Amino acid sequence: MALTDSELKNLKEKAAQLRKDIIDVTFWAGGAHIGGALSMVEIITILYYKYMKIDPENPDWEERDRFVLSKGHAGVGLAPMLANVGFFDKEILKTFNKFNSPFGMHLDSLKVRGLDASTGSLGHGLSMALGMALAARVKNLNYKTYCLLGDGELNEGSNWEAMMAASHYKTTNLIPIVDYNKHMIDGRVEEVMSLEPLDKKWEAFGFEVLKVDGHNFIELDKALEKAVSAVEKPVVIIANTIKGKGVDFMEDETKWHYGSIDSIAWEKAKASVKVDL
Amino acid sequence: MKYDILNYADTRSGFGAGLLEAGKRNDNIVALCADLTGSLKMNAFASEFPERFFQTGISEANMIGMAAGLTIGGKIPFTGTFANFSTARVYDQVRQVVAYSQKNVKICASHAGISLGEDGATHQTLEDIALMKALPGMTVINTCDFNQTKQATIAIADYEGPVYLRFGRPKVPNFIPEDMPFEIGKAIVLEEGTDVTVIATGHLVWEALLAFDELAKEGISAEIINIHTIKPLDEEAIFKSLEKTKCVVTAEEHNILGGLGESVAGVLARNKPYPMEMVAVKDTFGQSGKPDELMEYYGLKSKNIVESVKKVLKRK
Ligand SMILES: Cc1ncc(C[n+]2csc(CCOP(=O)(O)OP(=O)(O)O)c2C)c(N)n1
Repeated sequence: MALTDSELKNLKEKAAQLRKDIIDVTFWAGGAHIGGALSMVEIITILYYKYMKIDPENPDWEERDRFVLSKGHAGVGLAPMLANVGFFDKEILKTFNKFNSPFGMHLDSLKVRGLDASTGSLGHGLSMALGMALAARVKNLNYKTYCLLGDGELNEGSNWEAMMAASHYKTTNLIPIVDYNKHMIDGRVEEVMSLEPLDKKWEAFGFEVLKVDGHNFIELDKALEKAVSAVEKPVVIIANTIKGKGVDFMEDETKWHYGSIDSIAWEKAKASVKVDL
Repeated sequence: MKYDILNYADTRSGFGAGLLEAGKRNDNIVALCADLTGSLKMNAFASEFPERFFQTGISEANMIGMAAGLTIGGKIPFTGTFANFSTARVYDQVRQVVAYSQKNVKICASHAGISLGEDGATHQTLEDIALMKALPGMTVINTCDFNQTKQATIAIADYEGPVYLRFGRPKVPNFIPEDMPFEIGKAIVLEEGTDVTVIATGHLVWEALLAFDELAKEGISAEIINIHTIKPLDEEAIFKSLEKTKCVVTAEEHNILGGLGESVAGVLARNKPYPMEMVAVKDTFGQSGKPDELMEYYGLKSKNIVESVKKVLKRK
């Protein structure tokens, strides 16, 4: 069902809150992969608040939907999301990246409640997510597996092996989403290693491709609705996003892939986050 | 000890400086990097020799294959990425197309060990020495500071054959005098002593020198040997020292399984055993934290070397 006005308003507020949380955690941690965390905010917000069946009281519930953050360096974005939906108290994120904290830079599913996979080395997530999707089939369960990939990450050949296998097995219960923010570490994606035409590549590997503005909840919602009801072939959502989205001085800047912020930048960053009404 | 801290510098910057210098000396040197040019300090080479630098994107396996292919016509490829993505990630590529095919590829690996800090366990490789030394024909080098990393980078450019060069992320004391000779496969006796031999590699070399001072205060005379080349191992230097001291402690930022310590133990066991202790990570993964906190927690500080020396002395 399409988003109602009040649902839309709520999602926008949640997204703004998550951005502020990401800024806080980056500040507390003394540095984190903030650019790619900010670009995925709307994607994970709509997944966790509208699409995913989860039970924070029962994180191991067998029928829950799965989420694999294949671009694992963006843990600084996922950790506050998991806190906001109730898996743990956000206060504990003050220890993020600190020695002995359950929250390292790359989240560990043995230590973080509600986390379905440990990631950090790029190019592993889609294969794991495919395995989770096949497990649902074998066990006759109805859950969906969502997998969020970085655009730079798509350089890794392992992703293309997983895509080939996903279309071979017609895993329509697997929903890959590309956070297409156009930047990686050494520069812009097209300069470092060109990906275009990205849609044609996914199509050639057997996917139906939906391209959306990854910061627009209405577009994301329509695409997800289509993806969750796919029957013929799996759907990939290519979400066009802006790296550093929502913090004016970080937007579309490669250098904010990883960054630390002092208390002045912290205030400035938070002040620039607006609920986009 | 007779060494001063010249400055604090990261070993990866020593690699960057060495690569630039080697590139200037030899036109055949080419370099490849997998979206970590800044982290590996390869920017200077890339801007000086843009036509000899290949950005591969985040595709390490592809990069190793490309490097092997690039050796045609006498080219000498240097690959750069983090240590786990230089080894475990691409092990079959390294095994088949580099080691087995005896290609003159230099696999240069930064952010080795736990001292990379905050990025945590997924990035902290503690098994790379084990993997690489198990490959026939692979030379394995782990340097201890900026100057030595620079020297090693230049030296491997002149050496024909596959090499794994391992270095780190954090700024550490730079103390190896610039004019100290560096030869692949030759250990360096940094301090002479008579009671115990301490053999250290990588970031643990400085800790071993600190331990030297601590031990001296207690009247214990330690001989400090820097083994930068773990394979081939300088067995002669090891035995020469042990004939004098009769016991040994090894120290490395690697898993206790498969590292320098096991290489030394193997040589001793096959020839003449002496009491031995190993300072290394005790078969566990790392975690996020500050480099120093982690080195402390995993027992890789000078005090751990001192403790191990006292233990091994009792077994003499
Ligand atoms: C296998 C592997 N190689 C290299 C890295 C180092 N690394 C971390 S993030 C990153 C860039 C990722 O770019 P992208 O996937 O576009 O992420 P985003 O821009 O969304 O943050 C790289 C190279 C890694 N984590 N894993």
